[in-house]
Amino acid sequence: MLKHLLLPRLLDLVIVAFGVSVIAFLMIRMIPGDAVALMLGANSEVTPQALAELRNRIGLDQPLLSQYLRWASAALHGDLGTSLWTGRPVVEEILANIWPTLELTLLALVIGAGLAVPLGCLMARRRGRGADMALRVVTVLGLTMPSFWLGIVLILLASRLLPGFASLGYVPFVENPFGNLARMTLPALALALPILAGLSRLIRSAMLDSLGQDYIRTARAKGAPERVILYKHALRNALIPFVTHLGITAGYLLGGAIVVEEVFAIPGLGRLILGGVSERNYPLVQATILMVTIGFVVLNFAIDVIYGLIDPRLRH
Amino acid sequence: MKLFDDRVLTFAAFLVAAEIALALCAPAIAPYDPLAQSIAARLKGPSAAHLLGTDQLGRDVLARILFGMRATLLDCVLAVGFALGVGGAIGIGAAFFRSWFERLAMRIMDVIFAFPVMLLAIGVIAMLGPRASSATLAIAIIYTPIFARLLRGPALVVCEAEYVTAARAIGASGWAIVIRHLLPNLASVILVQTSLALSSAILVEASLSFLGLGAQPPMPSLGLMLAEGRNFLMLSPWSAVFAGSAILLIAFGFNLLGDALRDKLDPRLAKA
Repeated sequence: MLKHLLLPRLLDLVIVAFGVSVIAFLMIRMIPGDAVALMLGANSEVTPQALAELRNRIGLDQPLLSQYLRWASAALHGDLGTSLWTGRPVVEEILANIWPTLELTLLALVIGAGLAVPLGCLMARRRGRGADMALRVVTVLGLTMPSFWLGIVLILLASRLLPGFASLGYVPFVENPFGNLARMTLPALALALPILAGLSRLIRSAMLDSLGQDYIRTARAKGAPERVILYKHALRNALIPFVTHLGITAGYLLGGAIVVEEVFAIPGLGRLILGGVSERNYPLVQATILMVTIGFVVLNFAIDVIYGLIDPRLRH
Repeated sequence: MKLFDDRVLTFAAFLVAAEIALALCAPAIAPYDPLAQSIAARLKGPSAAHLLGTDQLGRDVLARILFGMRATLLDCVLAVGFALGVGGAIGIGAAFFRSWFERLAMRIMDVIFAFPVMLLAIGVIAMLGPRASSATLAIAIIYTPIFARLLRGPALVVCEAEYVTAARAIGASGWAIVIRHLLPNLASVILVQTSLALSSAILVEASLSFLGLGAQPPMPSLGLMLAEGRNFLMLSPWSAVFAGSAILLIAFGFNLLGDALRDKLDPRLAKA
């Protein structure tokens, strides 16, 4: 039974991961013009020796297929190249910058998903009445609220209302847990509110969908209390599309985090990759995209498997 | 319920039409040249001379917002139009031809879809260099697999329908089936999804130009205005606040329109 569930999805995972690696690999190769000269030209003098040396280091002087094989096998051994300007392995740079981003993404996911369930249930229960309509308009507004704008507005408000509040920068949680959480509050809110809107609408329509099913009518007919119908029967089924959607939401949040980090001066992956783009540090950009995307592919695979486990209909 | 939906739909359609009209007429109605600087009148609040104030170089915020809306809308319509054309053709083609074409095409779409949106955009822009056209191409690439995946399902349903089998039986050509049966049946999905995609594409475009990866100064761009205005927030928040509100309002209009259209056109939502 588990084999039935796991194997085809594992195959999907491998195929998609392979495709992702090919695209990430081709990134540097598809740059119009001489990528190596562009990279060097951004920060130092271009000499023929330096060009040849860098070309050789990245392996651009070999046939494409052997380039890929060399690159992919190194990547599988945890070597994604070295950062052009610091000379450090890019994996090290990514790991040094990943924690603020992960913390921000996770906090926003917890806030957004945690509040979305009760809000969505409320809207479904009151469908068509005042609270539902008001929340629907407010949630569309929330959905289209750019999180970076929200961040700026929050900073502005905090500076007027709470003058002593440190809203910018980052301190590691292990050094100063309180300072860390205080500084993370505004960015996490800026990031969470748009997804809260989207997720609560998802719960609303999933609830409405399951409330229209036959088993709800049966439950009503046998006289089950409304609370049991709503939370035991309807919500449990409505959570299934919600859980699958969380993977996509996490990907969306990460993208938002890149922008929000910029607003709140948080030294995370966003800062790293944007610096990489402006310095034409292609190996760093490539490795960040590859690592994070593979992370999301694996996360979505895990969610898919969990989804199969909690939905008995999919087990067979 | 019906009345409410109709009202929301009317409101959203009106809002979107007004925004498009403002953007298209920007050259005619903008009170100033969006690039004209006036150092003497910098960072001013709203006044009779400058309805929405001026920015850090004394440029008229209203003129810059109108031209910024125009640029954003044109870029996003271009990008989403491309994605709809290519992605839609792939999704419908997959449903129509099935077999190896479907498997290969949808696999490629899955791979592109696996990249988090902003990362894919940053990758494309890192390759092509930060400018408005790179951001447009990045958005087009991002939405291509989304349209392919969204349209394949409904197209499959139509392809399996008995009237399509009947049309095939009387010898209708592939093109006739696509034009006469598939496209009309997919029209409502296409309409709803295009509107929703435009809404989120506008946010992606604004994020990219906010990060300095899209339109470059001194071009008027809403995201860029927000980024520049942020540095003068304590002195004069007008430029940032109005540019942000413009982004919000455009994205809101398209999202509300898509949402109201879906409520109206989706029979499953209408009956529950």
